[in-house]
Amino acid sequence: MNYFPDEVLEHVFDFIASHRDRNSVSLVCKSWYRIEKFSRTKVFIGNCYAISPERLIARFPGIKSLTLKGKPHFADFNLVPHDWGGFVYPWIEALARCRVGLEELRLKRMVVSDESLELLSRSFPNFKALVLVSCEGFTTDGLAAVAANCRFLRELDLQENEIEDHRGQWLNCFSDSCTSLVSLNFACLKGEINLAALERLVARSPNLKSLRVNRAVPLETLQRLLMRAPQLADLGVGSYVHDPTSDAYRKLKDTMQNCTSIRSLSGFLEVAPRCLSTIYTICPNLTSMNLSYAPGISGAELIKLIQHCRKLQRIWILDCIGDKGLAIVASTCKELQELRVFPSDPYGVGNAAVTEEGLVAISAGCPKLHSLLYFCQQMTNAALITVANNCPNFTCFRLCILDPMKPDPVTSQPLDEGYGAIVQSCKRITRLSLSGLLTDQVFHYIGMYAKQVEMLSIAFAGDSDKSMLYVLNGCKKLRKLEIMNCPFGNVALLEDMGKYETMRSLWMSSCEITLGGCKTLAKKMPRLNVEIINENNQIEFNPEDRQKVEKMYLYRSLVGPRNDAPEFVWTL
Amino acid sequence: MSTENGTCLPESDTGLNFEETKLTLGLPGESRGVVVKTGIKRGYLETVDLNLGRSVDLDGGDRKACDVNPENRVSGGAKPPATEAQVIGWPPVRGYRKNAMKSCRYVKVAVDGAPYLRKVDLEMYNSYQQLLASLEDMFSCFTIRNYLSERKIVDNVNGVEYVPTYEDKDGDWMLVGDVPWKMFVESCKRLRLMKSSEAIELAPRTPPNCSSTS
Repeated sequence: MNYFPDEVLEHVFDFIASHRDRNSVSLVCKSWYRIEKFSRTKVFIGNCYAISPERLIARFPGIKSLTLKGKPHFADFNLVPHDWGGFVYPWIEALARCRVGLEELRLKRMVVSDESLELLSRSFPNFKALVLVSCEGFTTDGLAAVAANCRFLRELDLQENEIEDHRGQWLNCFSDSCTSLVSLNFACLKGEINLAALERLVARSPNLKSLRVNRAVPLETLQRLLMRAPQLADLGVGSYVHDPTSDAYRKLKDTMQNCTSIRSLSGFLEVAPRCLSTIYTICPNLTSMNLSYAPGISGAELIKLIQHCRKLQRIWILDCIGDKGLAIVASTCKELQELRVFPSDPYGVGNAAVTEEGLVAISAGCPKLHSLLYFCQQMTNAALITVANNCPNFTCFRLCILDPMKPDPVTSQPLDEGYGAIVQSCKRITRLSLSGLLTDQVFHYIGMYAKQVEMLSIAFAGDSDKSMLYVLNGCKKLRKLEIMNCPFGNVALLEDMGKYETMRSLWMSSCEITLGGCKTLAKKMPRLNVEIINENNQIEFNPEDRQKVEKMYLYRSLVGPRNDAPEFVWTL
Repeated sequence: MSTENGTCLPESDTGLNFEETKLTLGLPGESRGVVVKTGIKRGYLETVDLNLGRSVDLDGGDRKACDVNPENRVSGGAKPPATEAQVIGWPPVRGYRKNAMKSCRYVKVAVDGAPYLRKVDLEMYNSYQQLLASLEDMFSCFTIRNYLSERKIVDNVNGVEYVPTYEDKDGDWMLVGDVPWKMFVESCKRLRLMKSSEAIELAPRTPPNCSSTS
């Protein structure tokens, strides 16, 4: 029984931002469900095939902000064929048709066509924010449509997308009356852009707080942009190449002194090392730095730079910083919360420049560290145990030893005990990725201790089905499980089929599961879509059940098998 | 994804035990004291075209060679270079990042008469047309005219014609456009937009004294 009028409840619900909390609110009673339903404006859909656009709109008619994710995570590593799916067009088409007042669209790992961008730009007069992460399928023509038609655009954020660059004048397409930009990120574009148009755009955008440009923007232009936008808080540098004795360089130095608001720095896609001293003036204020796309900066210069950055909370760098460099990070950046160290040689066959020493140093020096992605040459159990003791607050722990089954180099033992210490000490871990030589034992520990884990990524690990069973039985909060190259078969797959309905998805590739096992699962669990990716016709037309399945992706869905699967994807 | 006509027989049908014949070339630094797990994708042979499958097909008939032995179950998609021991999907680095960190092919571009040179990244283009269009943007007073099959660049202001040439790995100055694009990218060390009048004096494969060394 409600003692408050609807408007009051609605107002109260406004303060509940987390979508999980709002989901809980809607379960309380019918009238709360109704009020929450009509007042919900932001919706997050972790798997675009779990629900249909029509049902989304029926459920939340007032939706203004939509986040959608498409392909499975391992698509990032080339494990999913190109035309697997994840098309955004049907969503935009349905939202347009139902006249939804869409204002924000955030997409990850989806296929976005120019056509969908054009439709988007014309269908939603109040459209304000477009964020595309790891998407593909569009060109700068699509961007031109967005620029031209979204008159109140505040945010255009393109992160790590594959965009065909037609070297058009898409930046010119922003109308002169468009002055609302707050955030513009086109760092991933490969082609030339119209520099004059960019300068004019920045000049008429007084609210611009975040600007990340691409490699085609040279240092002279950067200087002029910074002159016009000294209020910037987040800067992504394109090309930073110039002669330190030149006029342009001296001008830049002066301009940088005025940029007192910059808190986040990235880019340096092209850099002439001797220019970096100009940045030292902004370093003391930086809280976030991403130099992971700047292979032109040597380890020595990285170290010099970081010594000026005492306030950094987030650092993304390349492993050329080395163990010694990480020790300096540890002694300088006491506020560090998130660290990502990427391989300079991403093909991974060479040698990474960091080892367990760097990680141990970081853990000792940075007590606030809770999120880690670390590509390294090797790891020891002793180091992991030390890290576990130093940093009990990890929420995200992702370790990638470049040689996938490498044991502890000191003891030649598997790394079970080390990871065991991590999960035992870090009770709040929600995301975990393992590598190195690992037996069933580590999964025993994970099942026992990693009670909060929601996403688990496993490769080249475990000895038997027991490993997978430990995880499925023990990790009560598991939502996403992705496994590659592990000896897990049908016994593990079929032991607790109901579990998969409590999860978003399961990916298994290069394991021991067979077609028969997948068929059994699909038959017993109608609310799961069990998809087999059959590349190169590895599975014949009338395959035998005992044939092993190379790639399986299953996910819960309220709308049954998808109708856009390509011919190499079989939904069982 | 293209589908192939032929299929490969599973291991049991060929009668050849691939486990025995599999060369266990591991990745660098990897300990060999470990039992190799079945179905683990590692090592050189498993990720590269295998002729083993073709040679032991017991069924006759016309079979298109399969790229990989299905028992090894390496997925299709981009094949890694044969010279490196790589596994598909490992290390887990985003494709975008891998592409971004590839070695860039920056070459200098000189234009006869211009006071300074520019640099272009050949990796950024897919064809001669794109490259020349970009040069046109860069030296904006030029337009590109396709004169018959030659590509000439013309200075709009004074009507001087330029011919795009490049220095290859052997140090020879070549006319741009003769070889396939990818081959050109591999072998080009620098570009020069040569005045047409000078270029006429350059015969193909001329002795060194005619080659410009700028």
